[in-house]
Amino acid sequence: MMQSIKDVFKNNIRQYAMFIALIVITVFFQILTKGILLLPMNVTNLVLQNSYVLILAIGMTLCILSGGNIDLSVGSVAAFIGAIAGTLIINMEMDVGLTIFICLLIGILIGIWQGFWIAYLRIPAFIVTLAGMLMFRGLTIAMLKGLTLSPFPEKFQQISSGFIPDIFGGLGTKLNITALIVGVIISVIYVLLQIKKRAEQEKYNFEVIAMPLFIAKIILVLAAINLFAYWLAAYKGVPIIFVLIGVLILVYSFFTTRTVPGRYIYAMGGNEKAAKLSGINTNRVLFFTYVNMAFLAAVAGIVFTARLNAASPQAGMNFELDAIAACFIGGASAYGGVGTVSGAIIGALVMGVLNNGMSILGVGSDMQMIIKGFVLLMAVAFDVLSKAKDRV
Amino acid sequence: MEYILEMKNITKVFPGVKALDNVNLKVLKGEIHALVGENGAGKSTLMNVLSGVYPYGTYSGSIYFENRECIFKNIRDSEKAGIVIIHQELALVPSLSIAENIFLGNERTKRRLIDWSQTHIHAAELMKRVGLNENPATLVKDIGVGKQQLVEIAKALAKNVKLLILDEPTAALNEEDSENLLNLLLELKKDGITSILISHKLNEVLKVADTITIIRDGSVVETLDKQKDDVSENRIIKGMVGRDLTNRFPERVPKIGEVIFEVKNWNVYHPVIEDKKVIKDVNIKVRKGEIVGLYGLMGSGRTEFAMSVFGKSYGKRITGQIIKNGKQLVLNNVRQAIENGLAYVTEDRKSAGLILIEDIKKNISLANLDSISKKRVIDENKEIYVAEEYRRKLNIKCSSVLQKTGNLSGGNQQKVLLSKWIFTQSDILILDEPTRGVDVGAKYEIYKIINNLADEGKAIILISSELPEILGMSDRIYVMNEGRIVGEFSREEASQESIMKCIMLSIREVV
Repeated sequence: MMQSIKDVFKNNIRQYAMFIALIVITVFFQILTKGILLLPMNVTNLVLQNSYVLILAIGMTLCILSGGNIDLSVGSVAAFIGAIAGTLIINMEMDVGLTIFICLLIGILIGIWQGFWIAYLRIPAFIVTLAGMLMFRGLTIAMLKGLTLSPFPEKFQQISSGFIPDIFGGLGTKLNITALIVGVIISVIYVLLQIKKRAEQEKYNFEVIAMPLFIAKIILVLAAINLFAYWLAAYKGVPIIFVLIGVLILVYSFFTTRTVPGRYIYAMGGNEKAAKLSGINTNRVLFFTYVNMAFLAAVAGIVFTARLNAASPQAGMNFELDAIAACFIGGASAYGGVGTVSGAIIGALVMGVLNNGMSILGVGSDMQMIIKGFVLLMAVAFDVLSKAKDRV
Repeated sequence: MEYILEMKNITKVFPGVKALDNVNLKVLKGEIHALVGENGAGKSTLMNVLSGVYPYGTYSGSIYFENRECIFKNIRDSEKAGIVIIHQELALVPSLSIAENIFLGNERTKRRLIDWSQTHIHAAELMKRVGLNENPATLVKDIGVGKQQLVEIAKALAKNVKLLILDEPTAALNEEDSENLLNLLLELKKDGITSILISHKLNEVLKVADTITIIRDGSVVETLDKQKDDVSENRIIKGMVGRDLTNRFPERVPKIGEVIFEVKNWNVYHPVIEDKKVIKDVNIKVRKGEIVGLYGLMGSGRTEFAMSVFGKSYGKRITGQIIKNGKQLVLNNVRQAIENGLAYVTEDRKSAGLILIEDIKKNISLANLDSISKKRVIDENKEIYVAEEYRRKLNIKCSSVLQKTGNLSGGNQQKVLLSKWIFTQSDILILDEPTRGVDVGAKYEIYKIINNLADEGKAIILISSELPEILGMSDRIYVMNEGRIVGEFSREEASQESIMKCIMLSIREVV
């Protein structure tokens, strides 16, 4: 039996809807900005500017999945980690690598602290992280004595502004050959994985999508990957931050969709009682999601501080709101149990393109906020209404 | 004497089930009218029709209250007419005071603002009338269940109730509180308030009721007048249960082996209320290939017992021994219980059994993900394969195993839940109300599944509050009441009368 294109579409409508929305918004701004939006330089900047939202949205997805819990402290935690990095590197002249290691470790400790109250004492996550938001902001200001620390050494800045060096030196073209090769390697891996998946499905006699459709899908994805690689190659090549975010997305997508602990998070958010009676230690699952969130907040803190080239007491303001909005725009349910990492990434990109596009057009930040708020409301309203229709 | 209430030819159909079939009920003004019948006989449905929970038009037949035809669209309408129903689960707000609860939705006001002095004065009057000796400002969560029940009645009186319906009012009460409540009903009767009392406790019914209506399978069996008819517990029990049992249960020749599972001297305390013993000295054993029925009325402790055995999912200060194949087990959490071959299929499949927003395959695999994963990575194809296998075996009707379980019918949801636990490869299955909310056809299929499991050599503990189901399915029956085993019957000894009598006798011992 073969699945038709209609079935494929119907089963994934929510995912596709936001993806299509992202494309429509992108095309819209591409026209309005007379092609500036998708210039290679701007695309790189867009991702750089939003790198912290992308990282935080991944962690926030897990929190929301576990039962509609959110983490309000991530902005303050990111700022706190930035302050620590600044103090260690600038004031104490510590090695960059060692500093990053310590920062990540402190992130995990913060997660253990918050996770303990949330998961084992079952104090609502909203309250624990609201307290954390205040506490870590206070600690940041205290540690920096209200001042901004700057500048960082080149090596630290490289985390967010560096590019993977072009070992081929352009080979006489203006293109970054490494970027193109990376594109080709990813393409090959993608094709191999798709073929393997299809073979397995056929082994079990499952429905597979029709061959022409299968090939069309692969060609489309390959075109997208290589077009993007070309785009990067035409500028300065592959930013290091792209590699970091790419790896995070892959690892967490795999974790949530394919592993047993990932399944536990969905089960807990879907019905905690049923999960418990199925032998799942739901306290431990919840604990893990908050430790992980604080860890990723530390990563975001490092990336953001490196990009800003400064540790500021005001850093990370409203980061938590951007991350939460990205998850909900990307289809996560406020009750838990529904949502995907890729959805949150699409949600974050929708917000990022809106931000960037409107900035290029010179739209004021007042108007930007109104429009972003409205998009969030509409995205979730669409979700709720389409589900209500489902039920009938 | 005139009738305050006449319900004529009431028929109520749910998808696939006729819950009420041409029921006639007449209640005299100023009497206490008892409504008795087994769980699921239709008592609550009848009262829900009367109080407007099922609005006019969703049933056929007519209702006359004080000689006027009733067209209730909701509970508010029936309350306006003077009919108030007090459900088994009390409808009080724990964090509000007694006075606030009494006038909930019926507030004493002056110029649209709450008149606190009137609220407290009136509340105090009503509390005196029902014999509740408390400060009206005390929060409802701080008083016991017995007193909460009185608050409910005061609340009804505040609405100028003419007909008071009480659904199992003493189920959660101790003997002293029960006694008080029954005396209060007699007091209210003197004031001219008519009551309908739904109860399993026949001694209470005989004590206060003037008329008794027996309902079975959605029809009225008979109405007895205490003045004229010969009313005895035996006669009532016979009326409640006397039904034909042929062909409702699939044939099976039991192949019973040796004892595989034993629970000894099992004692459990309530998780919140200190010093309240919920399970008292329970001893049971199950043999290979045997279906053991565990029967008890609601609140008898069956579920609490099962869950406390299943990895201490319920209760505190649990003591006793669990022995499987002659070896003692210590099961401190659900994981350990599953690993030692136990499965517990919950009575509450929607809120504790299934993840309704997830698809069928993910529900089936949830309790045994290890067997479809390698190094913690799930093999999704294997997962689908397994789900398909159970879909075929248990005849789950669905468009695909990728369908959401929330969209399935009750019977098919139950089959998914059974699949999930069969897939854990457990050899001891505790099935708690496996056919609750399942229509007749699917019930038969589920019985067949249970029989097949027993024939494969699994030990089955079947918990049910439906006596015919227990009698039709079990090789041996334990009867539970008030947290203890009060009787054990072989298949031959067991009958509806003998089991009901066993329970009634044990209630009398306690009261």
